[in-house]
Amino acid sequence: MSSTIKTYGIWIVAALLLLLFPYVFSAGASLTTMCLMGIMIIFALSYNMLLGQTGMLSFGHAVYYGLAAFVTAHTMNWAAKAGYPIPLPLIPVAGAATGLFFGIVFGWVSTKRGGTAFAMISLGLAELVYSSSLILRSFFGGEEGISADRTKLFRVFGYNFGPQIQVYYLIAFWTLLCVILMYAITRTPLGRMCNAVRENQERVEFVGYNPQFVRFIAFSLAGLFAGVAGSLAAINIELAQASFVGAGQSGVVLLAAYIGGVAFFVGPVLGAIVVTLLSIKLSDFSEIWLLYFGILFITVILFAPYGLSGLLMMHAQFWRGPLGSKIARFGRLLGAYVIAAIPALIMLAGAILLIEMIHHVAQKGAEGANMHFLRRSYLTVNTRSVLPWVGGLIALFAGFFAFRFTWPTVANAWHKALLDAQRSGK
Amino acid sequence: MKWQMPKKLLGLAAVGLVAGAGYLALPQKTEAQGATIRIAYVDPLSGPMAGIGDTGLKNFQFILEQINAKGGANGKKLEIVPFDNKLNAQETIVQVQKAIDDGIRIITQGNGTAFAIAISEFVTKYNERNPGKEVIYLNYAAVDPILTNDKCSYWHFRWDANTEQKMAAITAFLKDRKDVKKMYLINQDYAFGQGVRALATKMLKERRPDIEIVGDELHPLAKVTDFSPYIAKIKASGADSVITGNWGSDIALLIKAAADAGLQVNFFTFYAGGTGGPTAVKQANLANRVYAVGEGFANIPHKESIEFEKELRAKYKLSLFYPRGVNQMRMLAEAINKAKSEDPKKFAAVLHDMKFEVYSGGQGYMRADDHQFMQPMYMAVFGPIKADQPFDEENTGWGWTIAGKVDPKETLVPTTCKMNKPS
Amino acid sequence: MAELIIISTLNGVLYGMLLFLMASGLTLIFSMMGVLNFAHASFYMLGAFLGFQISQWAGFFPAIILAPLIAGGLGALVERYGLRTVHKNGHVAELLFTFGLAFIIEEVIQMIWGKLAMDYRVPSLLDFSAFTIYATNYPAYKAFMLLFSILIFIGLIFLLTRTRAGLIIQASLTHPNMVGMLGHNVPRVFMLVFGLGTSLAAIAGAIAGAAFVTQSNMAALLGPILFVVVVVGGLGSLWGAFVASLLIGLLQTFAISSSWSLSKLFGTSFAPASGTILYDIWTVTIAQIGPILPYLLLVLVLVFRPTGLFGTRDT
Repeated sequence: MSSTIKTYGIWIVAALLLLLFPYVFSAGASLTTMCLMGIMIIFALSYNMLLGQTGMLSFGHAVYYGLAAFVTAHTMNWAAKAGYPIPLPLIPVAGAATGLFFGIVFGWVSTKRGGTAFAMISLGLAELVYSSSLILRSFFGGEEGISADRTKLFRVFGYNFGPQIQVYYLIAFWTLLCVILMYAITRTPLGRMCNAVRENQERVEFVGYNPQFVRFIAFSLAGLFAGVAGSLAAINIELAQASFVGAGQSGVVLLAAYIGGVAFFVGPVLGAIVVTLLSIKLSDFSEIWLLYFGILFITVILFAPYGLSGLLMMHAQFWRGPLGSKIARFGRLLGAYVIAAIPALIMLAGAILLIEMIHHVAQKGAEGANMHFLRRSYLTVNTRSVLPWVGGLIALFAGFFAFRFTWPTVANAWHKALLDAQRSGK
Repeated sequence: MKWQMPKKLLGLAAVGLVAGAGYLALPQKTEAQGATIRIAYVDPLSGPMAGIGDTGLKNFQFILEQINAKGGANGKKLEIVPFDNKLNAQETIVQVQKAIDDGIRIITQGNGTAFAIAISEFVTKYNERNPGKEVIYLNYAAVDPILTNDKCSYWHFRWDANTEQKMAAITAFLKDRKDVKKMYLINQDYAFGQGVRALATKMLKERRPDIEIVGDELHPLAKVTDFSPYIAKIKASGADSVITGNWGSDIALLIKAAADAGLQVNFFTFYAGGTGGPTAVKQANLANRVYAVGEGFANIPHKESIEFEKELRAKYKLSLFYPRGVNQMRMLAEAINKAKSEDPKKFAAVLHDMKFEVYSGGQGYMRADDHQFMQPMYMAVFGPIKADQPFDEENTGWGWTIAGKVDPKETLVPTTCKMNKPS
Repeated sequence: MAELIIISTLNGVLYGMLLFLMASGLTLIFSMMGVLNFAHASFYMLGAFLGFQISQWAGFFPAIILAPLIAGGLGALVERYGLRTVHKNGHVAELLFTFGLAFIIEEVIQMIWGKLAMDYRVPSLLDFSAFTIYATNYPAYKAFMLLFSILIFIGLIFLLTRTRAGLIIQASLTHPNMVGMLGHNVPRVFMLVFGLGTSLAAIAGAIAGAAFVTQSNMAALLGPILFVVVVVGGLGSLWGAFVASLLIGLLQTFAISSSWSLSKLFGTSFAPASGTILYDIWTVTIAQIGPILPYLLLVLVLVFRPTGLFGTRDT
């Protein structure tokens, strides 16, 4: 009984959370942000079916996302015009079918090879499709794309999906469904064989499976789910445009999956949430937000190759023993983290200040010496005076050295926590 | 799965969490709501087109400063709030949604018809679904005629002469240019460029049927690094003039290649005045051969606008790229004053058919049928400036000299717009 | 017609040689790392901007010597402190690292120089017309670029096959352990090769930047074509890169000059209905699909001959 609760409980909790989120995050922009997060979660998870589970690095996953978005927009227009009784909640099925179809067609060509060749083919295909999008105007709508109206479809229970909250519940439903399905796939023999192909292709052949065929199926399914994501994107903004199949879109999902962590199922979910938040909000703080994005990415690659989820899962080994000792253990660890975080924050603040000031001096001479740090007018900094420069440098270096100084503290806390965990047993 | 325990980066993770919490706690907008009338500027502020977006933002900041100095609108100051659309249609809509969520009800944008259409449709649908919370969209540079024809909307207003009108102005100017006999068309292969070539073909036939169109070329947008093959084709055709809608790097590279090959033709362009264009023309040494069509140029002998330009250049070291932006913002302020309200529904009714004296002198008016602003247009040619011309461009020592003025009547093109006026 | 062919050939060869300058560096690095360097086009762009900046202070010719040196030094640092750290995490991590690096280089360049085009000019020494064919001038600067690229190619082949350093490099690429056991500092060799590769890209940028537009979107424009060249030519083969660069340079240049389309070939009698996909395909001209042809070639080569035309390594 308790194992059943454990297995299914988490999905029920997830469903409840999704139901309640709009009431917790009730600010106007939150609904829009959560809708985008849901779409990106499905997209990033579908991408991880390729990268994390089967070891296939693709630079053109947005092709399936985008093509599904276009088919969805066309379907919506066609259904509305012809008056067919197809309700909006069923439209993502068309997206899934499109993703599956193109996944099969392009996958047949791409998955013949693995490794770098596969990556290059995906890049080439993506560029091909994107360039064609500007030529095949009737399908892709040229520069403006294809627009649709989600309120013009057949209504079920009187919902016309005009208000954003209704769209949110639609996206939340499909997100939960896709996450459950993709998780289920990882538990099937197919999922296991994908992992095997990722680890050692040769041995897979010894065992009797054809790695190319396994890759092909993984690719097609990844296309299917990417199609659902693309479909929801088209429904959300009622537009499908060439940039949906572009290199930028493929890059974003790669970033999201990798930053979240490709080694764990929940990684891309985390990554999708973080990347969506950052890409919406970061441009409010700085014009060079893309630089920070890049630095974040490189930092993850260099120091945390298993991503955010990897960092979190490192703590799984501490989750042992009675509840009281668990809390105490994590409390001590958290304490050590806070001690390390303070100089680290100072170092970061110094670095960001310096970068912003360099940008201001190099590019914004016309605006004068004063810079609004992080675009906040209460944080005005005079770039011509020596004080902020010196202050930034001190913050950077002093912060860095203080941070290094705290490493042994953190290491000790880890050590203690580890011993404690081992002693308290299961 | 076993892996190393990099303890150092746990601190970084803690940093991340704390930073995240801190960020969420930061107050989002410092200005008290309602103290100013905010206008959302949704254009690319990062990436390859960021220079153009940034220039537009500065132009508007200056324009609003001037308006605020004269009292603002309805007793409040006007403020422009930038939103980076990252040159992406999906992102454009997300940023517009963000602006609306933040309480902003005036959106302005211009770079990219695709995004303009996305915004126009989004705003129209939003206003339909949220009566009482209407939002208005002021378009300052997206010139595809479709926005004032099939995809027109009551809530969309355009201050830039659309492609059809600009081509009408060019062909009106060409009526007297008997030295132009063979025309070559070269354009970017997307909706705008295709529009330019179609309109050029049609209007040349109507107004100068004696001009022979000896070439009609479409090249991929912003992808060509070397235009010499195209220049070779132009030379081979024997054309004496070129009509092109190219902008950005495409016009700069085209002119550069023309200079390299020693091609001496006239260029009748839309956007040779854009950033990088004047430098390319000067580098190419094509004096008095490159023409541009526009609603205003720095050297137009109109005292007030010359003063305005002088101040802008002194302060921001930028030229006024958007004289139409001045018209737009001044008309906005006046409409808000006349309607005595910041509610877009109320002042849109005033803007709907407003007459106005334009920035460079002369009368303009907003056509009620399609919300296209009608204004006098000019053809200017780029070359060495004379002593009485106060402005050069991009520190080249060359500037724009007015070659012809086109009356708004010549640019009155028909419209198929059937807009739904709100009750 | 003949004029068009001659001019197109000249332009195609020039464009191809420019691609080769960059591709040669990329091939070298790939032979060493086994992973394609995504940031290679970014070093090309860096070279152009550094060339511009230095030429503002010291003149054009010092610029084209200093810019690649600086970029090469940066490349060596990147290899020493970045790539080596990521190497233990596998090929995917290395590829992603270079991907992130490309990002950052582009952003830093934008931060310092902005997003507008730089006024990087051809030096007045070379700013004349070299020769005139059928009334079209061919600029001397382009001839200079051509000559320069050929010289570099010869120099590279000479370096790799005739000098001792080159032999050590070649050996390290295929048998790093053995070379290490013989007493050579293999990590240092790798660092130098990476630096050499990036400085090749940078010098291509420094001289091309003056002829074309020097702007922060240069890397994004040229990057994908570069990969096509390297993959089609065959990963690890310098001759392959040479042949592929010329092939693609000529292909693109000739495609642009052609305005043939299916509709022109068959007339309007078979034309499909307007507004459908078939109509779009019917009316598209070869010039319009010119930019796509390299990617088509890439996919075809990868599917049917994955080692490329002259490749020595499977990917």
